[in-house]
This record gives sequence, C-alpha cells and structure tokens, in this order.
Amino acid sequence: MATRHGGGFIRRVASLYISLLALLLCLPLAASAEVKEYRLDNGLKVLIAEDHKAPVATFQIWYRVGSRNEPAGKTGISHLLEHMMFKGTPEYGSKVFSRLVQKNGGIDNAYTTRDYTAYYQVLASDRIGLSVRLEADRMENLLLAPADVRDERSVVMEERRMRYEDDPQSSLYEEVVAAAFKVHPYHNPVIGWMSELASIGRQDLLRYYKRFYSPDNAVIIVAGDVKADELIREIRESFGGIPRGPEKEPVTSEEPPQKGEKRVYLRKEAKLPYVMAAYHVPGFPDGDSAAIDVLASILSGKSGRLYRNLVRDKKVALNAYASYSGLNVDPYLFFIEGTVPPGGDAGDLEKALYEEIDRLKETPPSEREVQKAKNQMEAAFIMGQDSISFQARVLGVFEMLGDWRLKDRYIEAIRGVTPEDVQRVARKYFTRENRTVGILIPEGG
Amino acid sequence: MRRMRSAAPSIPDRGQSVLLLALAVFMAVLLIGCAQVWAIEARREVRPDGLVLLHAEKNNLPIVEVTLLVKASPSDEPPEKAGLANLVAELLPEGTKTRTSEQISEEIEFVGGGLDASAGRDYTTITLSVLKKDIDKGFELFSDILLNPVFPEDEISRKKELIKGGLRQSEEDPEFVAQREFRKALYGPHPYGRLISGSPSTIDAIGRDDLLWFYRTFYRPNNSILAVVGDISYEEVEALLDRYLSGWKPGVVPEVELPATPGLKEKVEITIDRSLTQASMLLGHLGIKRSNPDYYAVSVMNYILGGGGFASRLMSRIRDDMGLAYDVYSSFDSGMYGGIFEVGVQTKNKSAKTVIGVILDELERMRREPVTDAELGDAKAFLTGSFPRRLDTMKKIAAFLTVTEFYGLGIDYDRKYPQYIDSVTKEDVLSVARKYLDPERYVLVVVADLKKAGF
Repeated sequence: MATRHGGGFIRRVASLYISLLALLLCLPLAASAEVKEYRLDNGLKVLIAEDHKAPVATFQIWYRVGSRNEPAGKTGISHLLEHMMFKGTPEYGSKVFSRLVQKNGGIDNAYTTRDYTAYYQVLASDRIGLSVRLEADRMENLLLAPADVRDERSVVMEERRMRYEDDPQSSLYEEVVAAAFKVHPYHNPVIGWMSELASIGRQDLLRYYKRFYSPDNAVIIVAGDVKADELIREIRESFGGIPRGPEKEPVTSEEPPQKGEKRVYLRKEAKLPYVMAAYHVPGFPDGDSAAIDVLASILSGKSGRLYRNLVRDKKVALNAYASYSGLNVDPYLFFIEGTVPPGGDAGDLEKALYEEIDRLKETPPSEREVQKAKNQMEAAFIMGQDSISFQARVLGVFEMLGDWRLKDRYIEAIRGVTPEDVQRVARKYFTRENRTVGILIPEGG
Repeated sequence: MRRMRSAAPSIPDRGQSVLLLALAVFMAVLLIGCAQVWAIEARREVRPDGLVLLHAEKNNLPIVEVTLLVKASPSDEPPEKAGLANLVAELLPEGTKTRTSEQISEEIEFVGGGLDASAGRDYTTITLSVLKKDIDKGFELFSDILLNPVFPEDEISRKKELIKGGLRQSEEDPEFVAQREFRKALYGPHPYGRLISGSPSTIDAIGRDDLLWFYRTFYRPNNSILAVVGDISYEEVEALLDRYLSGWKPGVVPEVELPATPGLKEKVEITIDRSLTQASMLLGHLGIKRSNPDYYAVSVMNYILGGGGFASRLMSRIRDDMGLAYDVYSSFDSGMYGGIFEVGVQTKNKSAKTVIGVILDELERMRREPVTDAELGDAKAFLTGSFPRRLDTMKKIAAFLTVTEFYGLGIDYDRKYPQYIDSVTKEDVLSVARKYLDPERYVLVVVADLKKAGF
C-alpha cells in the first residue's frame, strides 16, 4: 500500500545518506525508555516502550519476510502482499482499516524491505486498541480477492514505473545491485522485476501469506503513551488464538567473494551523469561494522570529506554521498556516489571518489573526525528519542537481526572505534576487486 | 499518505525541487490543522526591538529546538533577480565576519547539532537543533550567521553553480517540470509563478550588492518571529537573546507590492514530451489565501476530494477501483498572497486521458451534490483528531508556533482549530466546492511520452 511519500518499500534514494548512525538518530540512550518484552505461547514477540510525553502511540507489526525470501520467478511478491494486506478481510473490507485509523485522527502505512515487512499506525494513544484488533484480524483472515489482486498488481506496476523506470539514479542503483550480487537474493529489487510482478497470482500470494504471516514470524512493537500491562492483555486476547505457521526454511544463499571489478553502464534519458561504486561489506554484528559506519560518517555531511573536497574544492561533483547500512540480515553493500556537475566529467568524479578512499587507506582519519562521528551519534540518539516512530523503528531493526538489545552493543562498538580501525577497514574492504561500478550516461539532452 | 505524512518516514528527494519547497510551505500550513485535548503551553512576548518571541518549555529530553521565521521571501525580490531570497538564505552559513564556511559547518556538526537556513514561498526560516549542553555554542553560531554574514564573492559563485546544477538535475524529475510549468501558467509574473530558486539567468543577474541590500532590508528583528522550544526556561531564553542578539537592530521594512493575478479565462493545456513510461500530470487553478475565512470548509472539502489519502474519492476511484495510479492527491496550498488548487497523479502513458476524465468527473460531482454524513464526519474526525500526532516533537511545535504567528492565527489557535472545523456543514462544503473548484477553466500540465499518452 503506501502512497508515495508515505512509506512504500524503502527505496534507496541516491542522495540519501542512510548509515547506522543516521538510523540511530533515534536510539534511546540517555533517559532511555524502558522496553518491556513478552512472548506469547504461539511465538509472537511483543516489545513495549512507554513514553508519556504526548498522548500518542505507534503500533507496529514486523514480519520476518522480505525480498530475501522470495521464490524464483516471483520477485516483488513480498511487496505486493504488503499492498494486499490493505485490501480487507471478511470482517473489515478493503481499505476499512485505513479509514478507521484516519477517522480516529491517525495514520497508517507499511513498507517492505529486503529482510522484513513492517506495518504501522500512529494514533491517539487511547485508540490503540483499534490497531490490536485489526492487525490480529489481517494476520489470519486476509481475503486476497482475485479482482483486488489484479488491480493492486497494476498499482504496484505503476509504482515501479514511477520509482524506477522513470528515475535514472534509481535505475542505476538497481543495475549496480543486480551486478554486485550474482547468487544471493539481494540481487533482486524489493519491488520486483516487471515481468515477474505481472506473473504473480492469487495462489502465489495465498501460499506466501500462509507461509510467512504467522505469530511466530512476527514482532509487535509499541512505543508511546500506553500502559504495558493493560496493552499486553489486549494483545494476548486478540493474537493469542492465532496458530503458529509452518516451519520456515532458512535462506542459505551466500554471495561468494568478488574476484574482480564489475562495471555497468546505463544509457537513459537524464540531464547529468551519475557515478556509483558499491563495495561488499559485512553487517552488524560483525566486528568491522562500527568502523565502516564511522568511515561513512567521516565522508558525509557538510563538514565531511566528500562535500568539502569533491563539491567545494575540486568541483568535480554537484553532490556526493557515502552510505552504509550494516543492519541487513545478510551482508550488503557500501555505496559511494555522486552527480557530475554540468560540464564535468564522470571519469574525474570516479577518480576523485577513489582518491578519498585511498586517502583513508594511507592515513588514518584525525582523532577529531572520529570524535565528531561519535558526537553526532550521541546527539542523534537523544534528539531521535523525541519521535516515538523512530524509537519503535530502531527496536524493530535490531530485533530483525536477532535481538533488540543489540542496539546497546552497537553503541558500545561505535564508541570503541579508533582512527586506526577506520584505516584498517578501508584497506580490507575498499579494494578494486571488491567493487561494482555503475555509470549513468545521459541521453536525450 | 502524500501530504499528510508528518509521522511517516520521509523520502528525501534531491536538490532544488519546487515541489518540495511548495510541500514544505504546505506542510507548515497543514500543521496548522490541529487541536482538542492537548494544548501547547506557549508564551508570547514582543521584544523591545520588535522581535516576536514564542517559548514553550518541554523537559522530557535535554534538547532545544529553535526556529526563526524572517518575513523575507521571493515576494520581496525584483523579478529579474528571482532567487535572491533563496540565495541570501543559502549564503548565511557560508561565511561571517569571524568564521569561514568550513568553520561554521565544522563547529555545528562537531557537537552533533543542526543549523540550517532556507527560503520558502512566504518566508525564510533558520533552524537550530542542539543538545541542551551545547546551547551556548549553538546560539553563538545561530546569531553569527544571522547577524554577521559577509557573502564572500567566492562563496557566492560557488553557491550559484550548485543551485544551477541542482536545477539542471531537477529537469530529470517529471514532477518538478510539471510543477514549474503549472505555476508559471497560473501565476505568470507574480512571484508565486516562479521557482523559489530562480532560473539560471536570474540567478546570474544577482550580485553581492543585491544580497547585501536584501539582507539589510529584510533581516530585521521587527520583521521576524522566534520560537524556542525544549529544555530551557523563559529566563534562560531571555538571557541568550540579551547576550547574542542585542546587536540586531530594527529597521524600516518596505511593503510588498505584487502584480494582480487575473485568473484563467479558459482551459490551458501544456504538454511536454519526454521518453517516460508514465504521464506525470497536474490539473488545477488558483486556490485561496491562508487568511480566507473559507479555509476550514475548503480543508474539509479537499480532504474528501483528494487530500485524505485512502479516505479520499480520487484515491478510491483511480487507485483502488481502477488500479491506474500509485498516487493521486488534491491539495489547496494556501499562502499569504494567494493559493493553488492542484490534483497530481502519475499513470502509465496510455491511461492518461482516462485518469483526467475521472478527475474532472470528481470535481463536478463535488460541485453537484452534497457529501455524505459519513464523509463529513470522517473528515472532521481526522482533521481535529490528528492534532496531538502532528505536534508530537519539539521541532514540529517550534515550526507550528512561528507559522501560526506569521499567518496571524493566534497563540490559542491549537484550541480554536477544532471549533473551526467542527462548525463546517455539508452546505458549507458544497458551497466552497462550487466557489473554488472549476472543472471548466483549469491548467493541465502533462509530462509524458505524448504520442503514447494520446496528446
């Protein structure tokens, strides 16, 4: 579901720096809200963080299923199913959920990622019971009416046209990721390839729904002005009777080490060339993850190296970004990229990007740069706490990696990063052999 | 939902998008849609220098959010130097009497704070976000860029190139192109008819003298509104202002003079051919000013038409029933000097004409028959009931306080708003639909593979 600016699957926007630091923007640290954890007999896990500053709460349910789990030939099925979750049950018809939530002054939406699918509502806290009842209902009783499947598939195809086919940087991203992963399902875009999307029918969706939408494969996360003991009673009542799902087969694909640079070129209607390099890197809780994140931070921001050196001084980039998320279930990519300015040259920008990487390999960053990255995280922790949505999201992201408590370990890991660590990971992962490069060549003036 | 997504993770877009700038204004205005159970305890004082100070203490976290609204906008700039208001704002953090651009960004980012200046349709804002422990450092930097900018020549030319490059890149975005043409067609020479960033030629026409003139004329305390929200007492705020802003002197600010907007005599169709899979379309006409007393009835009407996301008629028909679009919305973007009504949608080229037909049909239906009781009730319930959520962070509250003050809505606006909305009747909705929706005379912009779209 999701309208364009309201969520949808998480699109990776070329100009967005999403690092762990940025995500942790949100982590409760000082005066951290206490998290209460429960597990129902049917395997459903529940996390509740009380925060009484405003009479608002967010209710979220995260399913451990994303494009990573999709069967061959059916890419995009996780995201299409997410859309279908808004199309009703026998008790509540199509879009009734959204209308009820809005009628109560709230918003609801959902997004699908490589690893999970998350549904959320933000409501006046005294209406949160609505979420409990309706989420329990659609975990078990989804209609998946054939006419709705057909219509919603068309909607998703429109979404794909809008987000990818007609967006040159996003198209390049899709090409680079597909080239970087030849074995692992991260090869596929979350929204799916067009022809495969078109082939998904009701039976596919129903099978997928029965397999993955069950209490033992889900986590409920609530943050805001609620009372945990009362809320958990309501949750038990509504969700307690839903049976466990079938055993899930683990995703066993592993991407073999890359043995040489890969390059892709994309010719497409655009105004300016775009350059993107992606390196295979480990994710958290790997011991190198924190240092890679600090490295991304050192390159980012207005006082960071990319803006200062490439945009301000050398003027080889109109904008330039580094991004890393170590919060994937399987190892993903580190991106460094930028737009070539009018009259500029893609080769110059590509070279300049590598020079910044090489500089980190040759000389460790200054103590101050590393300290700045840490300060930004500390401040971001505290500021992020002002938003209950982000509080909940952070719990969810770490829970998808195994345990929400990992967030504390992550903070500790960041605090322990030294300039030499940054140099070490730069040398270890940022090699020519390990990179996939994409160049957007504009066509049509 | 598009345009109602304050709590949803936002999806930043690149660069100088008019749409985003328009959206920012719209969101600020939309924010002014609130109230009931939960009131903001804010204090308002007019300082001796004319600065309006708004303060709300919130002690749940050790942070301080500051928003300064300066009444300086594209409406204050000469049309041949369009982009001047924007360029001034962009250059504030690029060098002061005692700090270089690099020093400013290094100092604020080192403490993990945020310091930003940006020009909108009706005003410019400078925002500061810092931890309480860094409030002195933060205010020092905030006051430095506000009081002592020097507009260095090399920074001016650098910034101009970046803005022009951003404009060039925005040309890739069909929605940007559609928005630009749409505004131009509606507002012509009026400042609402052009990009806030200006165009490459008007940006080139701006010199350092223009920047200094604009800054000295409009950046005055008696032309500004300051909101401070967070872990800070009123006395502490006063002490900060005495220490850091005492050098800010009031001045005479000229009245805004704007060309008239005649409105449309007939339907205007603008088509732009691009190699795209989807048609990006905007359909609409002039809307209403923020001060229009019909604003609240229009808010309810627009929610039902296309502002209410999945609860709206446009979304219901075009997306849910027909599967023809991922996103379709309508909005009334109401500003100080005018407003715009628009319906926006993207659909595959060959569905373009079908979708336009449905949109016009819905505009007509809105004018023909009253909305149902359920629609009216749901719209009111959302608009009034969403207040606590829309003001659930200090940053949002600071923005809300400055914007309500700017549009003269009153310090108790959060309590009055529900009454305004609740008093709207079905007859009011029908009456404003007839008054402010026009399915005959409108601007339609289509950016598409025109042949496939049938144009």
